[in-house]
Amino acid sequence: MNTIEEIEKENIENLTKEKEIPDFNPGDTVKVQVKVVEGQRERLQAFEGVCIAKKNRGINSSFTIRKISYGEGVERVFPLYSPKNASIEVIRKGSVRRSKLYYLRGRTGKKARIAEKIDNTKNKKLQSNSSNKGISTENTKEKDSKND
Amino acid sequence: MLKLSFNITGKDMRTGIIAKKMGMTRIFTEAGEHVPVTVLKVDNCKVVAKRTKDINGYNSLQLGFGAAKVKNLSKAQRGHFAKPKVEPKIKLVEFRVSEDALLDVGSELSVNHFIAGQKVDVTSTSVGKGFAGAMKRHNFSGLRASHGVSVSHRSHGSTGQCQDPGKVFKGKKMAGHLGSERVTIQNLEVVKLDESRDLILIKGAIPGSAGSYVMVKDSVKFKLSSDVPYPASLKAASENKIDNQNENLEVKAEGDKVPNDSHKSKKTNDKKDSSEASSKPTKGDSDAS
Repeated sequence: MNTIEEIEKENIENLTKEKEIPDFNPGDTVKVQVKVVEGQRERLQAFEGVCIAKKNRGINSSFTIRKISYGEGVERVFPLYSPKNASIEVIRKGSVRRSKLYYLRGRTGKKARIAEKIDNTKNKKLQSNSSNKGISTENTKEKDSKND
Repeated sequence: MLKLSFNITGKDMRTGIIAKKMGMTRIFTEAGEHVPVTVLKVDNCKVVAKRTKDINGYNSLQLGFGAAKVKNLSKAQRGHFAKPKVEPKIKLVEFRVSEDALLDVGSELSVNHFIAGQKVDVTSTSVGKGFAGAMKRHNFSGLRASHGVSVSHRSHGSTGQCQDPGKVFKGKKMAGHLGSERVTIQNLEVVKLDESRDLILIKGAIPGSAGSYVMVKDSVKFKLSSDVPYPASLKAASENKIDNQNENLEVKAEGDKVPNDSHKSKKTNDKKDSSEASSKPTKGDSDAS
């Protein structure tokens, strides 16, 4: 292993010591709690939407979340290992056949739906969670946007 | 100019360090900002020769970096390393220093020569770009994409006037060789030092490709902080002593064999060093946690 890889591995270990980063894929609905500093106070702000892209580059990894806020599409790119991400939570698994879901940018409403991924091994848990509405835009809570 | 002249003749001029560029990565701060850093490795950076005002007319230190194979050295080079009893070095660089910052020949510099937050100037050879056009080399705008421009979209355009000068002025910016030249980047910040692995992490990009040799010096534009070790931060003396003992033994041998032997025994020393070094990181980690 070369020096750069060594350093990056150590840094990743340090950054993931206190929090766990879940395994998620493009198509999943993800909720990210972002630390926001307002003057002296620090609070958490949620950003929830569909993960439309994931870039795997060690410590430089990032992912893109897209949501519809007040009818306007909003995308945000998060560094995967940033200390500013307080937590990442997978709300719903999506079944997609592409690694980059940029085609969602041109779609709204029913056409922007993503079918839920059914994992037979974890069937029980998923059934309780799934409502089969399947539309990402409905999941985004307006209260989050108000906080923005 | 005043500051520069002050630093050349002044008191607080420490030696620099030779390092090897390993590549770039990023570091996240507590606040969540990420800092792009270039990783430099300092490998066995030792004083090979000393130039003093009495003998040479100026004060400076010649440092050596890494290790060279004896079979690849000329006879003259072997002599040069045998005289100060230092193992052969792959890279030699001279640093001007003030008189009180002169170091003993054979002393090894550690990365703690610098401190985190300090500003440094970094000199290296930039990446060669070959024969480059005026757009790439001098940031010319080129010609238009349409409106009758044919074939010459990336050309430099006019190079001067008409019959009056009747020539192209000297120094006209034109296409030519780009890169592969000595470049100094000033006022870069030292972000972190890793003593266990001999690494210096410097904020931002540094000229040259990964694997190229880099000279790191105190910034000429910033006043040297009082926290910085003066005249230098040297590696533990015990290691040096072992080296010296071996070297003394070797010197008793004669002629061309001297550097050969020294190299072999050095190798064993290096092994020791590396085993020590490998045990160190774990310590460092536990400290960090």
